[in-house]
Amino acid sequence: MATATPTYRLTEDQAALRDAVRILADEQIAPRAAEIDRTAEFPWDVKELLASHDVLALPFPEAHGGLGGDLLTVCVAIEQISRVCATSGLILAVQELASLPLLLAGTEEQQARWLPDLAAGRTLVAFALTEAEAGSDVAAARTRARRDAATGDWLIDGSKRFISQGSVADLLTVFAVTAEDDDTPRRQRLSCFIVEKDAPGFAVERIEHKMGIRGSPTAELSFRGVRVPDANRIGEVGQGFELAMRTFERSRPGIAAQAVGIAQGALEVAAGYARDRKQFGRPIAEFQMIGAMLADMDAQTEAARQLLYKACAEIEAGAPDAGRWSAMCKLVAGDTAMRVTTDAVQVLGGYGYVDEFPVERMMRDAKITQLYEGTQQIQRLVIARALTGSR
Amino acid sequence: MRIVVLVKPVPDTASGGERLRPADWRLDRAATPAVVNANDEYALEAGLKLTEAHGGEVTLVTMAGSAAPETLRKALAMGASSGTLITDDALGGSDTVSTARVLADELRGLEFDLLLAGADTSDGGAGVVPAGVATLLGLPYVSYAAKIEPDPAAGRVRVHRISPTGYDVLEAPMPALVVATQALGEPRYPSLKGIMAARSKTIQTRTLADVAGGATDGLGGAAASNEVVAAEAPPPRAATRVIREPADEAARQVVAFLAERRII
Repeated sequence: MATATPTYRLTEDQAALRDAVRILADEQIAPRAAEIDRTAEFPWDVKELLASHDVLALPFPEAHGGLGGDLLTVCVAIEQISRVCATSGLILAVQELASLPLLLAGTEEQQARWLPDLAAGRTLVAFALTEAEAGSDVAAARTRARRDAATGDWLIDGSKRFISQGSVADLLTVFAVTAEDDDTPRRQRLSCFIVEKDAPGFAVERIEHKMGIRGSPTAELSFRGVRVPDANRIGEVGQGFELAMRTFERSRPGIAAQAVGIAQGALEVAAGYARDRKQFGRPIAEFQMIGAMLADMDAQTEAARQLLYKACAEIEAGAPDAGRWSAMCKLVAGDTAMRVTTDAVQVLGGYGYVDEFPVERMMRDAKITQLYEGTQQIQRLVIARALTGSR
Repeated sequence: MRIVVLVKPVPDTASGGERLRPADWRLDRAATPAVVNANDEYALEAGLKLTEAHGGEVTLVTMAGSAAPETLRKALAMGASSGTLITDDALGGSDTVSTARVLADELRGLEFDLLLAGADTSDGGAGVVPAGVATLLGLPYVSYAAKIEPDPAAGRVRVHRISPTGYDVLEAPMPALVVATQALGEPRYPSLKGIMAARSKTIQTRTLADVAGGATDGLGGAAASNEVVAAEAPPPRAATRVIREPADEAARQVVAFLAERRII
């Protein structure tokens, strides 16, 4: 009988980092969460806190000033922060997401140029892929990058929508069409570039008013003849789509982690409330209908967490079906977060519906995890295709 | 500067699980997770700030159970460079005199400019071990420090000691023992890099015989000069009256309540 695989529990290092991030989140971030939601302002103080405690360094290699944390460690950190504030958890998730093309396909020179500042949290980066007409259908992007034959530079024109932290980022990982004719296969139309926010022709057009993750600015960005040197091109020309898909394989677990964190946070509030709240002369936790709800919430959250952790281990190990694991954990965690936060509001009754308690915020925050980095429908598509071999 | 900080693992009061063992009324340390004694963290923070300003490093010395390294790692993660744990079954149940003697024996073998300690521990609460150590080592003893200003070139330290009316400014030659207070500043959170680095820092483990050599007479639990003969839980709190009124009305009711009982 083989012994249990070493990946089945967190390592001592991972557990120590989790506990440290949890303390930071409970003591320093939780007290800010309601205000971040109410003001809908990006929490620069939380970003500084995460930077100064090396939390933002987690996804980056040690050679470039990072902590070299594996995917599971990064996800455990996102989970702990999102437990108290989904907006704050997203700061780490987006920093990882938008750095992934650079980490996966950047040259040593490109990594040395940008990663140290990203690892230290001196710069933030956003992932600019989605457009108004190209959401789930990524390859339908219209933002173009044309080669300037004289200089070899690229000129980017177009606009991007729903870009998380697009207005606060110093760098933007932009995907643009480089195919010169319509016959180019859909998967070979895009290329990836790093655009610096000060580049002439780049502008933030507006910030969306959102239901949840309100402190995380979601921006519409415009590019009007933005000149980018070829040295800022990440990966080969025409490989942008594949790079985006490989990025999602590693980034969707980050969103699953955010979702698990939100669910756990809501569960803890609901359980605490059920112990304290008395009706008919006793704590409502003693009523079986409430107890059953809490038990289901706990079991579902733990199930989503275990699928996430397993997915992280499989993806890190280079499993051939990494895309399937990634889609499954995001699908299950997002749906779990929505269900558990909705039930948490139910446990709190009228108090759950008002902002005196954080569960209504958590319920609003949970919804986004079913939408971004691929809707739940896209996750199912990915899983079904992996299962049946269809395209 | 070479700074030694005395630290002690204590039960985490936040866990709510502290209890005494009915057999000998000693703290059941296995019943609760341990943390670094909060007052010691203030001393450590002060030490770390001083080495950041003046160079040098902070080392830790503790006398505790064999599970202490786990707790010491947390202090190392804050930035201390290494630690020494004196642990021995014979030391269980030591009184404060014995504790001070063992720590002093260990410290005789170390070179340092400042020895920092917390005001007291949240488990024992006696608050006399630092004074005992200073006495045994013949060091200047400066308590209740709100500010510590060493002058390494002159070999002296100036301390603002909290007094009932403000503070006294004292100066002492180094090495000296300074007792920290919360006025020195909030302890830092360990950074993740600090936590990772702490895992490879050295914690030296020493036994009673290592520290005291042959001179172990009068040391340890067997030689304790006092004994706990009984312990009782405090009586349950009487019913609490909660006033949920606007501030003005609430204040009026609180004042009336206290006046009625001639408390004010």
